[in-house]
Formats: sequence, C-alpha cells, structure tokens
Amino acid sequence: MNLFYFIAFLSILFALLVIFSKNPVHSVLYLILTFFTFTIHYVLLNAQFLAIVNFIVYMGAIMVLFLFVIMLLNLNKDTEPVKSSLVKFAGIIGGACLLVVIVAAVKALGKSDPVILKQADLGLVKNLGKILFGQFLLPFEVSSLLLFSAMVGAVLLATKDKPVKA
Amino acid sequence: MELSLVIEKFILVAIIFGISLVVAMYSTYAERKVAAFFQDRVGPNRAGPLGILQPLADGAKMFMKEEIIPTRASGLLFIVGPSLAILTACIGTAVIPWGQQIVIGSNLIDLQVTDINVGVLYLFGVVSLGVYGVMIGGWASNNKYSLLGAIRAASQNISYEIAMGLSIIALLMITGTLSLREITEQQHGFWAHGYFTWNFFKQPVGFILFMVCAFAETNRTPFDLPECETELVGGYHTEYSSMKLGFYLFAEYINMFVSSAVMATLYFGGYNYPYMDAVNNALGGTWGPLFGVGVLFLKIVLFIFFFMWVRWTIPRFRYDQLMDLGWKILIPLAIANIVLTGLVSTFLK
Amino acid sequence: MESLSGKRKLIESKPLNFLERAYLPAILSGLRITGKHFFRKSVTIRYPEQKREFSENFRGMHSLKRDEEGRERCTACGLCALSCPAEAITMIAAERQHDEEHLYREEKYAAVYEINMLRCIFCGLCEEACPKEAIYLDGDIVPSNYLRKDFIYGKDKLVEEPLNQ
Repeated sequence: MNLFYFIAFLSILFALLVIFSKNPVHSVLYLILTFFTFTIHYVLLNAQFLAIVNFIVYMGAIMVLFLFVIMLLNLNKDTEPVKSSLVKFAGIIGGACLLVVIVAAVKALGKSDPVILKQADLGLVKNLGKILFGQFLLPFEVSSLLLFSAMVGAVLLATKDKPVKA
Repeated sequence: MELSLVIEKFILVAIIFGISLVVAMYSTYAERKVAAFFQDRVGPNRAGPLGILQPLADGAKMFMKEEIIPTRASGLLFIVGPSLAILTACIGTAVIPWGQQIVIGSNLIDLQVTDINVGVLYLFGVVSLGVYGVMIGGWASNNKYSLLGAIRAASQNISYEIAMGLSIIALLMITGTLSLREITEQQHGFWAHGYFTWNFFKQPVGFILFMVCAFAETNRTPFDLPECETELVGGYHTEYSSMKLGFYLFAEYINMFVSSAVMATLYFGGYNYPYMDAVNNALGGTWGPLFGVGVLFLKIVLFIFFFMWVRWTIPRFRYDQLMDLGWKILIPLAIANIVLTGLVSTFLK
Repeated sequence: MESLSGKRKLIESKPLNFLERAYLPAILSGLRITGKHFFRKSVTIRYPEQKREFSENFRGMHSLKRDEEGRERCTACGLCALSCPAEAITMIAAERQHDEEHLYREEKYAAVYEINMLRCIFCGLCEEACPKEAIYLDGDIVPSNYLRKDFIYGKDKLVEEPLNQ
C-alpha cells in the first residue's frame, strides 16, 4: 500500500509539472513520466496486459508523436500568443466546471467501498481476452469500426487529388 | 519474497548484464573485423593477438576523451538521452529465456529473469521506448542535424513498429501465448508430429518481416537514416563526445544483441536444438541446459553476423523509399500474413 | 552520331519486373557477392613486419659508397649539391691527411655531408651527377620521425658500413 501512495504521489507530481513547466518539450517529457507511473499502477493492480498496452500505445507511440510535433513547432516565449485576462478568466471558469462535473459523476457512481477484485488475475491477457471477445463483443467491435473509419478517413485525406482532366 | 530468490535473480541479472555488455563490446570488434573480411582487408590487428584487445583500447579511449556539452544544449536532457538509450537497450534482456531450468546442487534455477505472461508485448514496449533516448538526445543537442536525425529516428521507429507488431500477431496466433518461455518450450527439439517445431518453418514470411523491422528498429544499415553521415553529419549524436557518444554506439550493439536473441527465441527455437533430449540425458541436469545456452548464443552470434553481413552489402535506403517500404509493402504483407495464418490454422483444425 | 571508338552501348531503362522490385532476390545476390569476398585472402601487406619487394629502379634512402678497399669514394666535389633541384644536399670539404689514406680514396673528402630528407624528392639527379659513383639511392624508405632536425641525415646514417665488418 505504501508503494501505491508513493507512486500516486509521483503521478500527481509529474502531472503538475506537466502544467507548470515553461518548456513544452519538458511538459511532454513529464507527461511521459506520468504515463509511466500509470503503468506501474496497472502492474500493482495485477493488470499486466493493460500495463503493457499503456506502455506501448501511450508512452511508445502517442507521446513520441507529441514530442515529434512539438520539437518541430519550435515553441518558445517569443512565439507564445498573448492571452487576454478575459480568456484566462474563461479558462478558470471552464476548468472549475469540469472539475465539479467529474467530482459529481464520481460521487454519483462510485460506491465508496474499496474495490476488491473478485478474480485476482482478471487483468491477465487470457481472461481479458475472454471477456472482451465474449461479454463485451459488441462494444469492442463497434469501437474497432470507429477506429477503422477514422483510418479510412485519414487515408482519404492523405491521398492526392486526381489531376482534373481538361 | 524469499531472500534466496532475490539473490538468485540478482546474480542472474548481473550475469546477463555483464554478458550483454561483453557481447556488445566484442560486437564492435567483430563489426570491424567482419567489415575488413568483406572488403578483403585485415581489420584491427595491433592491440593484442589478432587485435583481440581492441574493444578495451576503444573503451579506454572513450573514457579519456574530453567531454563536451554545448553551451546552448539543454544540460540535463543532454545527459538523459544516452542514459535512456542504454537503459532501454539493456532491460530487454529481462524476459528472454536463456536456457532450460538448470540444476545446481539441489536447486532448480530458471535461466530467465522473469517469465511475465506478456513477455512479447514487454519486448515490444521496450523497443518502442528505445526511440526516446535518440529523440531526447537529438533535441537537447540544439543542433539542426541532431534534430533531423532524431525526427527521422522517431518516424522510422513508429512506422516499422506497426509492421513488427503485425508480424508478431501472426506468430502469436500459432503459439497462443505471450510468454516467451512457453513459446520456446513449444519449439522443443527440432522435429515433432511430422513437422519442424521451430516457428520459422511455420511463419517464414512473418520472420522475414520481423527481421526487416528489427533492422529498422535497431537503426542498422540499410535503415540507418538517423545517423546518415552524408546528409546529417553524425545524425542525432553529432554533438556528443566521450563516453556519452560511446553509450549511443554501445546501445546500438546491445539492441542488436537483444533483437538477435529475440529472433532466435521467437522463430529459431531459442535454446532448442535437434536431439536435445538425448544430449540432455547424457550431460545431466547442469551441463545439458548449459549446452542449450551455448546453442542459443551460437544462434545469436549467427544473427549478429548476419546483421553485419547485410550492413556491408546493402547501401542505405532513401528516406521516401524507407517510408514506402514500411507502409506500402511491409504492413500490407503483414496483414496478408495474418489473414493467411488465420485461414490455414482454421482449416487445419 | 557514329561512335568513334565503336564501344558505345545503348542503355535502355526498362521498368523493373516483379522479382527486381521485390528487393529480396537482389539483396540475396548482393549477399552472395560479399559472402564470396569474406573467404577471399586479404590483399593487405602488414607493412612494418612484411615488406613489399621494391622494383629494380626504386629510389630510396641515399647511401655513400666505399670502394673495394673500404675507402669512402666521395671527394666532395659538390656536383650532387649543384644538381639537386630541391637543394637538399650540403657538404663541407676537407683535405686528407697522410695517415688517413686508408679512409678516403681521393685527396679531398667530405668532412660533413648532410641530406635533408624533408627536402629531398628522390629524383636521383645526384646519383647521375656524381663522377665518382659515390652516391646511390639504393636504400629503404626513409623512416618517419617526430622532429624536423632528425630528418637531416649526416654521414653517420649515409655512409655504407665498412667492408671488414
């Protein structure tokens, strides 16, 4: 349990550093560290598959793309757009509203009893696969269709326009 | 956890770490020797007999050289880059089964640091993490060539990871497990039930795809665009000197060692070899498995030699050719391989 | 246009066929070629230990010759220095004493004879100019050194070993 608190502390620390660091590249690197602590959380919950997938997809692929884009953008203080205080104020209001909604949602749904896994090895690949392809087959396939359509759309956007025949 | 288990694992980790460093060291020597032989030359032959001490001389040189950190570089990240590169290169060895259980005294010892049930995915994750060392180092150098090298590395790794993952999926459809220990045990011996046990004979296309992607992921020729001298000076390690440069170069060789080990384990039976049961019976519980370890290392050495052979044969790809190969050839081939594997395994049942 | 040498070849670039586009056959044939080289004998001559045979007209380090009685042939006439296009040779002449007849053949001899090996271009004009057949460029390659002054070779390095040794 102590390990959990330590890792949780690290996650929150790194998440805060993401927001407060001046350099966007540092932000992304802190975000990677945050995701890494999440991976450790998954391992602690004995969800090895989720841990590894989080590791590969978020740390290994998505954050590389983030880093990639931010390195290319060459963001620094000079190019930072000046934000008016009105925008900042709106941001604070919006953020606070989101926080309230999330807290309310968690409160409405969450039974405050600590989650105890009925099956300790639920997170292993075999069990997860059986559940995904049995009980949750329909949502799984629907989400795969969603991703597929997104992929087709991306390919369509990337293909060159055919030269117009005169 | 028992103390004896901790000690056992600690010793195993230390041995594997030491071996992978030695293998990487001597890979640098072997690379130069092999290159020389391919070019009808002699290669390094001054340090010690046949130049066998050359890696030590190189290492000493690397440590003695002046350490330069550019003033405009981002200080901490400049150091993090090579450290991360060598870290991610080394931790891949943790899930590879180096041999069968070995009997020492009255204890049974696993020659594998940990047999997690997502071993293949773990390797995959480690590989995908490897690009950060290059990217951070390249960006922190504050040099346009380094940045271009880093960006090339990132886009190349992401592109080839997809094809690599897809080629592994076809393999996993046959093995039905992600644990590397179980995958190796399934390839026991060489011949069983009227067919070869090694996965290469069940997945030849998958193996070729995996190998091409392994070349790309380890940044070896013909896919070594991140360090393409003709265009990018030194690529991502242009600004590096001394042992930090040494770490980058070392990481490449450790990566080569690990990916050779993975290829040997996944497709060429790992520590299995023909007539292994007879040999195991003859040699007993201690020396039999050790002989298997030797066989695995022989396979690894052959793969490393193949890496070098290709490097001194094939010229570098152009960047658009690289992307074309990855996205337009390897990925469709890998998908076709999955479909074919699915069909065959369904009809054979 | 008609090719003058008759060796002109028309190159036609056909689109690659499937096997050529598939990379792998071409890569395999490349690997076969380098594989053959792997087992070929290396052409290297490991220089300081092994030496390549020099051709007969090779011009290496100079040597000042002795005659059949072991006396130095050089008479310090200065023709070699005069003929040297690189002005690498200097000498100081001296007169032979009575008790030195077994050392020097002529009545005049070179007390100091220096060749600056950094200037010398090994053209062999000195050996052609010499009327006494005293200087020949029949030695080895001049070895490398760290200091410029060590490239100025005096009589200690140039004169042939005495006969009776």
